[in-house]
Amino acid sequence: MTNLQKYAQAFITCFGVTEDKLAELTYQSISEWDSVGHMGLIAELEDIFEIMMDTDDIIDLSSFEKGKEILKKYDVEI
Amino acid sequence: MWKFSDYADSCAAVDELRNISYSELENAGDTLAKVVGGRALVFCLCRNTIGSLIGYTGFINNGIVPLLLDEGIDKELLSVLTDTYKPMYLWMASEIVTEFKFKVTYQTHGFSLLKTDFDQFPMYENLALLLTTSGSTGSPKLVRQSYKNILSNTQSIVEYLEIDYTERPITTLPMNYTYGLSIINSHLFAGGCILMTTKGILQREFWQFFKENKATSFGGIPYTYEMLKKLRFFKMDLPTLRTMTQAGGKLSPELHREYAMYAKEHGKRFYVMYGQTEATARMSYLPYKQSLNKYGSIGISIPGGTLTLIDVNGNEIIEPEIIGELVYCGDNVTLGYAERGNDLIKRDEFNGVLHTGDMAKLDRDGFYYIVGRKKRFLKIFGNRVNLDEAERLIKTEFDVECCCVGIDDKMSIYITSDSLLRDVKLFIAKKTGLNPSSFEVKFIKEIPKNEAGKTLYSALEGLA
Repeated sequence: MTNLQKYAQAFITCFGVTEDKLAELTYQSISEWDSVGHMGLIAELEDIFEIMMDTDDIIDLSSFEKGKEILKKYDVEI
Repeated sequence: MWKFSDYADSCAAVDELRNISYSELENAGDTLAKVVGGRALVFCLCRNTIGSLIGYTGFINNGIVPLLLDEGIDKELLSVLTDTYKPMYLWMASEIVTEFKFKVTYQTHGFSLLKTDFDQFPMYENLALLLTTSGSTGSPKLVRQSYKNILSNTQSIVEYLEIDYTERPITTLPMNYTYGLSIINSHLFAGGCILMTTKGILQREFWQFFKENKATSFGGIPYTYEMLKKLRFFKMDLPTLRTMTQAGGKLSPELHREYAMYAKEHGKRFYVMYGQTEATARMSYLPYKQSLNKYGSIGISIPGGTLTLIDVNGNEIIEPEIIGELVYCGDNVTLGYAERGNDLIKRDEFNGVLHTGDMAKLDRDGFYYIVGRKKRFLKIFGNRVNLDEAERLIKTEFDVECCCVGIDDKMSIYITSDSLLRDVKLFIAKKTGLNPSSFEVKFIKEIPKNEAGKTLYSALEGLA
């Protein structure tokens, strides 16, 4: 699996959404992505890419697109 | 209830748009109450803003009875509640009034008053406030609180948390949630300034608001503290923060110890507390000086209240380390429940004694520890969810055999159809207003039952 596939799969697993909905996904845009869902997502991403994210990045990861940029900081190219 | 005139010119609350002094809060509430025009039942769809606060305080101060609900409440449940209790008015944020067919009669601070055409049920003269039993699954059951309940619990909280006019608590909990409301009640009583935000701890705006307004305290349920740890809270620079409180479920002893240690090292106070809506809010607290050497404990009873343990025969347990049901006595024990409009006239049914349904033990120094529950319910992110009610809801909706078990923050639902797994998950999440990840739905061929047809929950807990 490519990093993009792994990244997308994390959102699909955590929020139970289909792939075509991913691009428009933002924090609180669906009921699954609330604070609880968010922490689940962060844990999943940290697991998959073996990283440990900073406070600011955890908070800033507020959309599917934004997350790609943030992961770059941790040397994860999506 | 409060003495707003004692703090007339001080700031009572700040939200994202404005701030309001105690005298302005009092005047705005009185004006609103005049529009209502006398004792009435009002449904308040709460959000953490000044408009919402004006309604709550104005109603309480003027003998108008609010039922506090979350503004995101399931619409079906709201209509059940409306049909059941027939409020004369609704109070809600102006931008959502179009969702209702009732007429707007007054607007202020971004909130609107809507008039219904219901005939009012008679209400007991001491009835002050109605709250839902947190997270109740679609049931219209309410807790009835009196003016004396609120005042006594408020005074007690102000005393043991040593709250004064310099405090600036930031909201982290909904105001319709008994714990969130107790923070508002106690700080308004002491002349503090409530920092009201609709943002949560996972949003940048929350921390900006926190810093700009120099928050001194916040409260949290166990999940709040789990998230904060994940957010590297222990490394954050929050010089204005003095106090953190925790309630709404059992914090893991390990986290309790970590926060106690953090507080001690940083010169802050960390209080673990215990309560229920049926006790207005609080029943016990662990004094902050004991938080490290007594971690895992809910502490001692609050000032003015008494905790005891009883055995299965109802006899008091005095020896340490023996498990019994926790019973609380005090002026903050609420009047009782309401399940229909005619119950609003009911007087005090609990008579100051609350059987909590929680099993606890005492240590040799007189500190209480919760060890389990008598009744079949879970606390999911601070909300009480009754397992039997969840089963009933699912069975009714889907015509499927169903059985619910689990641990706090995670319910396991077994159903006898493998094609409904996702539907059931989304349904129960919507009904309870909780995140779908709190529910795990699994297929089982047959619900294990004994010869008498009773579900063998223990067999399922083994599977979970």
